[in-house]
Formats: sequence, C-alpha cells, structure tokens
Amino acid sequence: MLDSSYRVQRLGERRRIRWFFLVRGLHLDMPLFTALVVLSAVGLGILYSASGQDVNILIRQSIRVLIAFTAMFFLAQIPPHHIKRWAPWIFTFGLSLLVAVLTIGEIGKGAQRWLDLGLFRFQPSELMKIAVPMMVAWYFAERALPPSNAQLLVAGLLTIAPTLLIAKQPDLGTAVLICSSGLFVLLLAGMRWRTVTSVILLVIPLGWLFWEFGMHDYQRGRVLTFLNPENDPLGAGYHIIQSKIAIGSGGIYGKGWLNGTQSHLEFLPERSTDFIFAVFSEEFGLIGTILLLLLYLFIVVRGLYIANEAQNTFSRLLAGSLILTFFVYFFVNIGMVVGILPVVGLPLPLISYGGTSMVTIMIGFGILMSIQTHRKLLPA
Amino acid sequence: MITRVTLKDHLRETRLFTNRALLALIISVALTLVVVGRLVYLQIIGHEHFKTLSHDNRVNITPLPPTRGLIYDRNGVLLAQNLPAFSVEIVPEQVRDLDTTITELSELIEIDDDDIERFHKIRKQKPAFASIPLRFRLNEEEVARFAVNRHRFPGVDIAARLMRDYPLDQRAVHAIGYVGRINEDELRRVDPSNYAGTTHIGKIGVEKAYENILHGVVGIKHVEINALGRVLRVIKENKSLPGQNLILTIDAQLQEEAEKALGENRGAVVALDPRTGDVLALASTPTYDSNLFVAGLDAKTYGELQQSLDQPLFNRALRGQYPPGSTIKPFIGLAGLEYNKIGTQNKTFCPGWYSLRGDTHRYRDWKRAGHGATDLRKAIAQSCDVFFYDLSHTLGIDLIHAFLSQFGFGALTGIDLTGELPALLPSRNWKRRIHAQPWYPGETLIVGIGQGYNLTTPLQLATATATLATRGSNWRPRIVHALQDPNTLALDIISPLITNTVEFNNPDNWDQVIAAMTEVVHGRRGTARAIGEDAEYIIAGKTGTAQVFGIKQDERYVEEEIDLRLRDHALFIAFAPVANPRIAVSVIVENGGSGSGVAAPVARKIMDQYLLREPVNDAR
Repeated sequence: MLDSSYRVQRLGERRRIRWFFLVRGLHLDMPLFTALVVLSAVGLGILYSASGQDVNILIRQSIRVLIAFTAMFFLAQIPPHHIKRWAPWIFTFGLSLLVAVLTIGEIGKGAQRWLDLGLFRFQPSELMKIAVPMMVAWYFAERALPPSNAQLLVAGLLTIAPTLLIAKQPDLGTAVLICSSGLFVLLLAGMRWRTVTSVILLVIPLGWLFWEFGMHDYQRGRVLTFLNPENDPLGAGYHIIQSKIAIGSGGIYGKGWLNGTQSHLEFLPERSTDFIFAVFSEEFGLIGTILLLLLYLFIVVRGLYIANEAQNTFSRLLAGSLILTFFVYFFVNIGMVVGILPVVGLPLPLISYGGTSMVTIMIGFGILMSIQTHRKLLPA
Repeated sequence: MITRVTLKDHLRETRLFTNRALLALIISVALTLVVVGRLVYLQIIGHEHFKTLSHDNRVNITPLPPTRGLIYDRNGVLLAQNLPAFSVEIVPEQVRDLDTTITELSELIEIDDDDIERFHKIRKQKPAFASIPLRFRLNEEEVARFAVNRHRFPGVDIAARLMRDYPLDQRAVHAIGYVGRINEDELRRVDPSNYAGTTHIGKIGVEKAYENILHGVVGIKHVEINALGRVLRVIKENKSLPGQNLILTIDAQLQEEAEKALGENRGAVVALDPRTGDVLALASTPTYDSNLFVAGLDAKTYGELQQSLDQPLFNRALRGQYPPGSTIKPFIGLAGLEYNKIGTQNKTFCPGWYSLRGDTHRYRDWKRAGHGATDLRKAIAQSCDVFFYDLSHTLGIDLIHAFLSQFGFGALTGIDLTGELPALLPSRNWKRRIHAQPWYPGETLIVGIGQGYNLTTPLQLATATATLATRGSNWRPRIVHALQDPNTLALDIISPLITNTVEFNNPDNWDQVIAAMTEVVHGRRGTARAIGEDAEYIIAGKTGTAQVFGIKQDERYVEEEIDLRLRDHALFIAFAPVANPRIAVSVIVENGGSGSGVAAPVARKIMDQYLLREPVNDAR
C-alpha cells in the first residue's frame, strides 16, 4: 500500500518535474505568460466590438498578436548577458536612425516618424523604447551604486538625447515613455533623493522662465489647451467629451459586450486605437474596468518580482525599467481617456489596434522572461 | 596619490533595489487607485447624467465657421464678399474604404486628381472625425445627382458654405489678393481649432496680411442626434464671431483708371495720398482672375499663369525691381543743394559727354549734341545726364547713399502687405560684402542717373515722390484705412504713421527742385511738356528711361519678341497740384520705350481722374 502510494507520489512528482523542465526549456515565465495571453484575448474581444464587428480587422490584429508573441518567445531564448553585450550597439544604431528620420524621414500624418526602407516602413522610436533602458542599465552595470553625480549626468544625457529627437518629430507620447524608461533606471539604480529633489527644484524655475520669456502667446495657448483639453471642444476636447459620455454611461455593470452605443455610432473617435478603453468601460462597466486594471497591476507586480529576483545589476535595472515603463504606458493611456491626463496619443498596450507598439512591448516581456528563466539556480 | 575606488557592494545594491522597487509598486497602486476613483466618479456618480446624454440620443459637436470679413474700397465699393456655394465633404472615419468611395463619387460628380490629392493632404492634418471638403462649387445638377444617391455614401455629404467672391473680377487683384484652400503648411501655422470649419485662408495681398482680422472666431454647436443621424435638438451653441470688415484706402474708380491706362502693357502704377500715405491705387499689369483661385485651379491653368512670359501673378508694384533711371535726378539735385555742392546759379557745360580725370572713357548724355551751359533747373527739366555725372562725382557714393536712404530707397516701405522687396541702394559696404570689390568712381556716375546697381520698386518711387511733395514727410504707405465691426458697423480707424521726416538746413531747396520738376511738365522744353499743355492744374514730375541689360542666358524668347523685350523701361513720377499736393504717382511701363511718351500720359490720366472728378465721390 505504502509502496504504491509512494510510487504514485513519485510519478506525480516526475510528471511535475518533467513539466517543469519543459516549461523551463521554453524559457517562459508562466504567470506572466498567462496574464499576457488573457490580456491579448480580452484585447481581441473588445477590438471586435469597437471595430463594429469587423472580422477582417480581427484577423489582421490576431496575426499581429501572433507575431508579437513570437517575438517575445524568440527574445526569451536569448540569455541576458548577450542582450547586455549588444546594448551599446543597438542604442547607437537607434540613435542614428532617429537622426536619419529627422533629416530624410517620410512625412506621415504630419509628423516625421517613419523611415521608409523600401520593403517596409520602420519607426526607429519604437526601437528606442527598448534601447534606452538597455543602454542606461548597461552603463550602470559594472559601476558601483548608488551612482555619483557625474554618472547620473551621463545617464541623463543618454536618456535626454533620444527623447528630444523624438519629441521633435513630434511624437509626445513616445517621448514621455522613453524619458521615463531612462529615469526609472536612474531611480532604481539608487539615485539619491537629495539629488532628485535638487533636480526638480532646478527644473521648476527653468520651466517658469521658459514659459514667461521663451514662448509666444499662441504657444502658451497650445500648452494650456493641451493641459486642459476640455477648453478645446473642436480639437482634443472632442475626444474627452465623447469618451466621458461613453465611460459614464457604462455604469457599474456596463452595457454588455457588443452593446456599447456611443462607440458604435461614430461618436467616439479613435475608438479602435487610442480610445479603446472607453469602449471597454462602456461595455463592461466599473466592474470590468477594475478587473482589467487588476490584470495590468498583476503584470506589473510580477515584473517587479522578476526584477527583484534578477541576479545582476544589468538585468535588475533593465527588468525594473521595462515593467515600470509598461505601467506608465497603460496609466497614461487610461488617464487620458478618463480625462485626468493630457491627450498625448499613446495606445492602450496589448489592446489597441495596431502592431508596431505591440511587438515592442512583447519584446520587452521577452527580455523579462529571459532574465527570469536564465537564472542560475543557487542553493537556498 | 590615493585614488578612492568604490567597490561594488552587491548586498547593498540588492537591498537598495528592493526598496526602490517596493516604492515604485506602492506608487503604481496609488496611481491606479486614482484612476479607479475617477472611474467611480464617472460611472457611479455621473452615471445618470451621462446615461441621459447617451441613452437614445447622442451628442455631436460641430464647428460653426465664422463669416469672413468683407472688404470695401475707401468709398464703400464692395471688393470682396461671401456667396453661398455647395461643396461635397467626407468624414473619413465614417467611410469604410476611402478610395472606392471617391471613385464611386466621381461617377456622379466631377472630381479630378488635384481634388483628390488636396483632400488627402488635408485629411492627414485633421482628426479622422472632421468633415473634409473634396470638391467646391458643385453645380445644381451635381447636387441633385448626389442627393438621389446619398444613401450609397455614408460619411459623405453636401455642405452649403460661404465662398469668397471678388465682384470686380480682375480689379485690384494685386492689392486685395485672394483666398485659397488651406494647405498643410498653413494649417500648421494657425490654431487648428479656430480653423476647424474653415476651408479657405488668405494667400496673398490684403487677404493674407489681414487674415487674423478677416477670419473671425469659430463657433461650436452641440447637437443631439438620433441613431439615424438626424439632429433632434441643439443642446448648446456658441455662435461664431464674424471677422472684421476692412475699409481699404484704395479708390476703386482710380484703380480702374490706372489699370485701364496701363492697358495691354506690362507695368505698375502706385498712387498715394502724400498727406497720409494712403495707397489710392496699386496696379500691376497684366492681372488675373482671383476668383479662379477660390474655386481651385487645375494644374494646367495654374501652370499657364505661372509660366506666362508676361508674369500676371507677379506683383510688380511691390516686388518689381527696376532701375529708377532719370527719376532719381530730383533727389540727387536736392542732395547737391543740401550738401552745398552746387548753388542754383551754378552751371555745368554739357558737351554731350563726360569723362573722369585720367580716364578716357566717355560717359554719354542721351542728347548727343549736348545741352550746353546747364544749371540745376535746366538739368532736371531737360534731364541732362552730364550735369548729374558731374554732381554725383562731386557728392561721392557715400553722401548719395546717406541722402537717398532718407527717402526710403533701398529699404522696405513698411506697407501693410506681405511680400514687399527692398530693392537696392548701393553703397561701398554693400559692394564689398556682395561682390568683394572696392567701389569704383565710374559707378557713382551711373548711380547718379539711376542706372547701374540702383534698383527701386514702384512703391518706393511713389513714397519718395510723396515725401518730395510734402517737403519731407515720409508717411508709411498703408492700404487698410479702417476695421469695421460687422454688427455695429463702428469703424476703428488705423491712424497714419510717419516713418521719418527729412529736414534740410535750407528749406528753400525743396522749392528749387519742385520748381524744376514743374518745368518738366509745364516748361517750354520740359521732357513731359506733352502732358502739361492742356492740364487744368499744376503738375510736378520727372521722366525716366531705364535701360534693360539684356536677357538671362537660360531664358528662351521668341525671336520676334527679343527686340520688344529689350526696349527700355519707361518711368514717370509726379505729384499734383503743386501748391497743395493731393496725389503722388509713380508709373513704370516695362519695355515702354520712353518715359515722356508712354509713362507720363498714364500718370496724367490717373491724376485727371482723381483731381477733376465730381467731389461727390469722395464720401469720406
């Protein structure tokens, strides 16, 4: 009796171990992977509704999801030390592309973001979303932390240069992401609070001086509109007014999947892309949105856990920065849709229609998984 | 020497990281809670309100484009108005396949490639929910055809818009300018919200220079729309603020006379009121029909206009740069008197040519036989070159440059129109800077008779003449007299502005030169005596003939035309009546031949029209 139960137990354990090694061999972090799959599925579901039940759009987006997951899987196989070795090269490459975009970039949608490579068009700022945290983490990897002021200055420049190039395109949303990804590395590296405070104290009067003397009246007007879009009901404010009606009319329980009225009757602009969260809120209500936010938060918690478990400075800083930037990503989008942040034009990660940014995000998660699954197992 | 080496402390770094990561997590959760708070506010507290807004009826916001200000001449003649016209417009977001829709539309309505190209350019600049015009000025048949097929085109609609119209067609087109469809560049420079419902923008002339005054402020209409897209009620409406009307200083009648007097010639006329700088007429011929630009030109017509040898689009009055020829002589004469280089009694002997000492080159007078003994009065009246060769040699380029600058030569006049050119008043510095060469004395002689590097615009010549007429008051030329509130019709008059005042040690010098200019027209041997014989008022004037220095290598001219286009430009400046000048005129006729034969009669017709007409017309 005892023997057989023992055997059953052994068998179960063996199976578990085999499963463990199989998953380990795939280099996937199961909790994170599961959450991402659920999120993407939710995304496809809501896109189907937002697009007016357009099967073509659904198919196109599904293909993008598959490509993005493939990219993630591919990245997860690359050990972090390789990624670290490439960091400066990727960064330099990306920075030169940004300069190229500003000089020869094709003008699309009134902003110079795209580089036409003949076969396909490529947005170098997407590359920089990964390259900047990689570069700054690389810079701190072998240095003693917390960083000295001189080191902070260098790291700051590595962040600011691409940020300014992208802001000039102008792509404000991406500039915000790239700037924060660099700053997160600085903060996670242990930048002293004293330094943080002094930088802030320095920036405030500079900003005021620029506002008073460096700007024309019409530019100030544009900044004010930007900060308070509801004053501009024919521009950015139009989105906010419509999205507030959509969200508010959803109530606690929502109108149900495919039953959103605001979004389906052409009142809500950009409902498949930047403003898809309003469609979600209208259809799934407060309960649905809280569940969605919890799902996002779970991903952030898991990401921070992976960062904290990482075994060297580079991995730790890179993982931490990537996951916090992901937080900024969805927080800025949702904040903009619910009308508490300015409209900067960022998609809702993994849910909004569109492929480029999704691939970048999943590459980031691929790196996180690589960091988590290439750890050397240490005796406890 | 001791260098401090900080070693990596892994344990400390890990602890530091954990602390920071924990803090980041706390902040993330806190920020998410803020979002949740906002959602609670919208979805629980505001739920009823938003539900009402969304229930069966939905809110739509549309821009109400303001009515563009009208343009009148100084006597109330309407120069630019707005007429209703139909256009077909598309909301890209509501259209599934834009290309197919446009192709299908073009079976009902004539749409050419230019329309499509422009549509796509504007579309990229505007949000996807904005209504973007595809074609303007549909005829009634097209409107009817579309109306029948409207159900086939969701997101496409006919809009009635006010379109700019210039009732006098080609009249004063270089002064008024025109509006045209907004392009990408312009859209980037204006407030996109204020132009949300606007399709046209001032491109040139007064329409461009006063765009922000003419345009007005956009209005907003919040309307409830049912599921079928029908407007149920207007929730809120902020009326648009119409643009201000403009009252120009232009006199439409005088403008007509000026354009008629120029006739088929290429040329320009600027007539000013010397007492205020008011531009009474600003003509540049040939002209073109500005209404074509409002409707949108096809590439072919535009190409023809642009490549025409006669350059109808070129504003000669503001941008044409011509050698002033002999019209510069009164000013050089004034300089001679003011700097005491000559007296009124001084005589120079003119044998028909002039040479600098030590140089065998002969600078010729236009009159081969010479003028004999010549004083200033005779030199101006008969346009003696040798007298002015000698005088400018005595003055030197530095004094000439300093003196002529006071009259506004070589500088922008500051007229309230865009695109004016400064032309060129040469100086030693300029030559060193541009040509990296010193100034040669021979060049001073040529400048003294208005040739060589010297260039002026017709507008500059007119302001300088006006300064002469007022004995030193240099008023900034202005084309807008007043702004008018479209509702109250209250006038906001723009006061004239003096740029600078030319003051002389001896004010008699003015009288001397003006007397000489009077002799040009009324003297027995004056160069423009032909127009003075039967004049009912006294005119002071000066003829000029400017050489054309051949044509550029890369330009191709028709064989027979070469001679015609190499002929001299004819110039004439004048003001009248001499005792109390009310009008100052500059006339340039390209390749007109002689100033006295061609340009002076044009000026006479204009002055006759203005000074001899029934005073009833001058309502102001």
